[in-house]
Amino acid sequence: MHNKTLTELAADLRAGAYTSVELTQHFLDRIAKYDGELNSFITVTPEQALAEAAAADAQIAAGTAGPLTGIPMAHKDIFCTDGVKTSCGSKMLDNFVAPYDATVVTKLKQAGMPMLGKTNMDEFAMGSSNENSYYGAVKNPWDTERVPGGSSGGSAAAVAARLAPIATGTDTGGSIRQPAAFTGLTGIKPTYGRVSRFGMIAYASSLDQGGVLARDASDCALMLTAMSGFDERDSTSSQVEDEDFSANLDKPLQGLRIGLPKEYFGEGLDASVNASIQAALEQYRALGAETVEVSLPNSHLAIPSYYVIAPAECSANLSRLDGVRYGYRCENPKDLEDMYKRSRGEGFGSEVKRRIMVGTYALSAGYYDAYYLKAQKVRRIIKEDYVKVFNDVDVIMGPVTTNTAFKLGEKVDDPVSMYLSDIYTIALNLAGLPGMSLPVEPVEGLPVGLQIIGNYFDEAKLLNVAHQFQQATSWHKQSPEGFGG
Amino acid sequence: MEWETVIGLEIHAQLSTKSKIFSGSSTAYGAEPNTQANVVDLAMPGVLPVLNREAVRKAVMFGLAIEADIAPYSVFARKNYFYPDLPQGYQISQFDKPIVGLGHLDIELENGETKRVGVTRAHLEQDAGKSLHEDFAGQTGIDLNRSGTPLLEIVSEPEMSNAKEAVAYMKKIHSLVQYLGICDGNMQEGSFRCDANVSVRPKGQKEFGTRAELKNINSFKFVERAINIEVERQIDLIESGGTVVQETRLFDPDKDETRSMRSKEEANDYRYFPDPDLLPVEITQALLAEVRAELPELPEQKKQRFMDEFKLSEFDASVLTASRALAEYFEVVAAATSEPKLSANWVSGELASYLNKQDMAVEDSPVSAEQLASLIARITDNTISGKIAKDVFEAMWNGEGTPDEIIEAKGLKQITDTGAIETLIDGIIAANPGQYEQYRSGKDKLFGFFVGQVMKESKGKANPAEVNRLLKAKLDA
Repeated sequence: MHNKTLTELAADLRAGAYTSVELTQHFLDRIAKYDGELNSFITVTPEQALAEAAAADAQIAAGTAGPLTGIPMAHKDIFCTDGVKTSCGSKMLDNFVAPYDATVVTKLKQAGMPMLGKTNMDEFAMGSSNENSYYGAVKNPWDTERVPGGSSGGSAAAVAARLAPIATGTDTGGSIRQPAAFTGLTGIKPTYGRVSRFGMIAYASSLDQGGVLARDASDCALMLTAMSGFDERDSTSSQVEDEDFSANLDKPLQGLRIGLPKEYFGEGLDASVNASIQAALEQYRALGAETVEVSLPNSHLAIPSYYVIAPAECSANLSRLDGVRYGYRCENPKDLEDMYKRSRGEGFGSEVKRRIMVGTYALSAGYYDAYYLKAQKVRRIIKEDYVKVFNDVDVIMGPVTTNTAFKLGEKVDDPVSMYLSDIYTIALNLAGLPGMSLPVEPVEGLPVGLQIIGNYFDEAKLLNVAHQFQQATSWHKQSPEGFGG
Repeated sequence: MEWETVIGLEIHAQLSTKSKIFSGSSTAYGAEPNTQANVVDLAMPGVLPVLNREAVRKAVMFGLAIEADIAPYSVFARKNYFYPDLPQGYQISQFDKPIVGLGHLDIELENGETKRVGVTRAHLEQDAGKSLHEDFAGQTGIDLNRSGTPLLEIVSEPEMSNAKEAVAYMKKIHSLVQYLGICDGNMQEGSFRCDANVSVRPKGQKEFGTRAELKNINSFKFVERAINIEVERQIDLIESGGTVVQETRLFDPDKDETRSMRSKEEANDYRYFPDPDLLPVEITQALLAEVRAELPELPEQKKQRFMDEFKLSEFDASVLTASRALAEYFEVVAAATSEPKLSANWVSGELASYLNKQDMAVEDSPVSAEQLASLIARITDNTISGKIAKDVFEAMWNGEGTPDEIIEAKGLKQITDTGAIETLIDGIIAANPGQYEQYRSGKDKLFGFFVGQVMKESKGKANPAEVNRLLKAKLDA
């Protein structure tokens, strides 16, 4: 039953093929059996999951179930969960139990989805390989010597290995799309503001957005529908009408205009990855779409601008982690300054410290204009590039990454090379646009992701475009070997 | 050398909203520590601020009252620094785009002239919590009840040239925010606080001298004192060859000195940047119109009305409108007595002097406006004289009862009976034949002597007007 889609699971639950308790137990058993190798979960919550599953079974029996009732899921450990540890992958919050649920958590609880546990991640979502976790690196189920990508690496590995039917993730610079690409999943990062950030621990507030890592586009659509919506507790959440993202999945793609930014197919893109992307584009043309070359001339500025804005915001966002009210506090501080310095020095990992320092520097008196303000200007220019292109095309396509998943340890000592692994994904966050990754033909047994970028609030179209591809192909149905099929 | 002082004030007024500026917690003062701090005030991970629109309206109201530019688009920024009573590790404030821009305010100087003081800006921000250093066995306790209380920081232009002007300005703002009902003005509870930037320069010099910032001065008296001793310190320092350093100083009222807290070199780089959790604040024309319609009568308008409607002198009108509470007290008395001038004299005279003596706010007066009105009614209906009324007022102040009870108990009822007064007069004339002869031979000034004797004999109870009339008739007969 772990290879079934959400729609199939929901149908089985209603038909009484098995109960939610049985289904949930099945996934808990798989986690117990396989996660020792993958390290995709930080916390597993069997008792809570089974209690929620029992409640879901009662709803199903009473006929009050929704489309997701009884289907277990996992949350990235960045979403605060009332009564269950929320570590954000950090020693700093190893002892932190929130007295509240993130809005996303509340919504999925209300949808009747039992939570299996909280998944591993790069510390405070800073990383592209899931090697920056206090709880250790996550392994890619396709090749356990390789990274699953990051920062939502735990969610990606768990869903790819079928330890959970679906999981939440967050994407600040590619943290859903890149791990989805590395693990053969379908992932969606919605328009900034579509999903509430309340209770989602902030890395870079103006870029962070919650989303989904799933097996296919129709699963993404189901869960995104349940997660989205205006939240009065998040001033940056959008007051757009709620949508049923599953409603338009079957629309044919005849006449769809796909823009191919030439900057996404240049130097640095691995030839085999490019071949897989080209084959996918050919498939789209066969489905009736037409492809046109477009240009996003300022793409090369995305990474430098991101690595000013994100660290600047994080340098302030992480200031509340001071050892005063919750979280890690050093032993026997001799005075206030010592408490601050050692609590933060011992509680944060090196990548987090690096970004706090970069951000602090970028905001300093005398440097603000040259770095932060300049980066914000670049951000506007990047956004304008996209707006222009969307006057002419329906969606933009390209690769998610230059290469397939790299080896554990390969880039740990080279932060710049690590940063460059997000080269195709970061601009989207700066612009606030929605994007997806979906699996195309693998290269040497490793998954490759096709990126689809949509206009603002065009998630329904993105999911339709992805779903139509998946109706015609079966790459998304492949699963890694060694996890019980 | 002659010196010139330059003073600018930064006033922090807590806005009297029910809940905090970015969370739903109550802002009430005096609760048990940390009982009014929710997850947002505690800056738990992942929580987000949501702007209280009421705080925005109050800021706009202030801006309209000082005829300031209201920014159609203002921005909240993070001011970054670490302190245990600042849970976020940054204060949400406004930096380069404040909600209220340049405005102005007129203050009355001691010589009776009016001086216009510019208000550079006023911006919204959140208050910090409190650090409690006592009773924690060498540790520091943190109370976050105040954390997130909305503040309006009102920054003046450096346009005041002595401590008295600074106090006049501060009093004017204090009165204004209470008039507007946007701040309770309670200085003991810290609802209204002041920092003063003070510098001196040789008379005639254009450039400002180096300034010191005097932090958190919480009474009018201390502001005046702190500025005066700081000015003296700076002049002494320069005249003895030293230089003033830019620094933050603390006024110690017990030692009557200011002392250095931290110098500019140690000062924080606050690394302001726009808060990405909050949208820019937009003030629409519709909101402006709405708030404008809610504006209460302002001190200047009230003063003018008192002059027009009650025919009061400018001096009386400005004394009575110095605070909204005093003005309202007066209006109740005037309405009840239909004697505005007499009411004004009593409120700005006797009542104000008792309040002053006890350093008491009019709201706390033991004599209510209604009670004072009934006292004045006993003057106008000739039950007692104005002089006797002062004794009755004192008794009322001391809680001895209503005017009628006191008049009755003390037998103060005025003698208006013509016969009784004539008997008194006859007795006085008979007892002072010498003076009577002198008066009759043209020494008119002695009339006052006879009035005094009659009043004395009646123990002040004789109706003075009647005494005058009857005495005149007898003496000139």
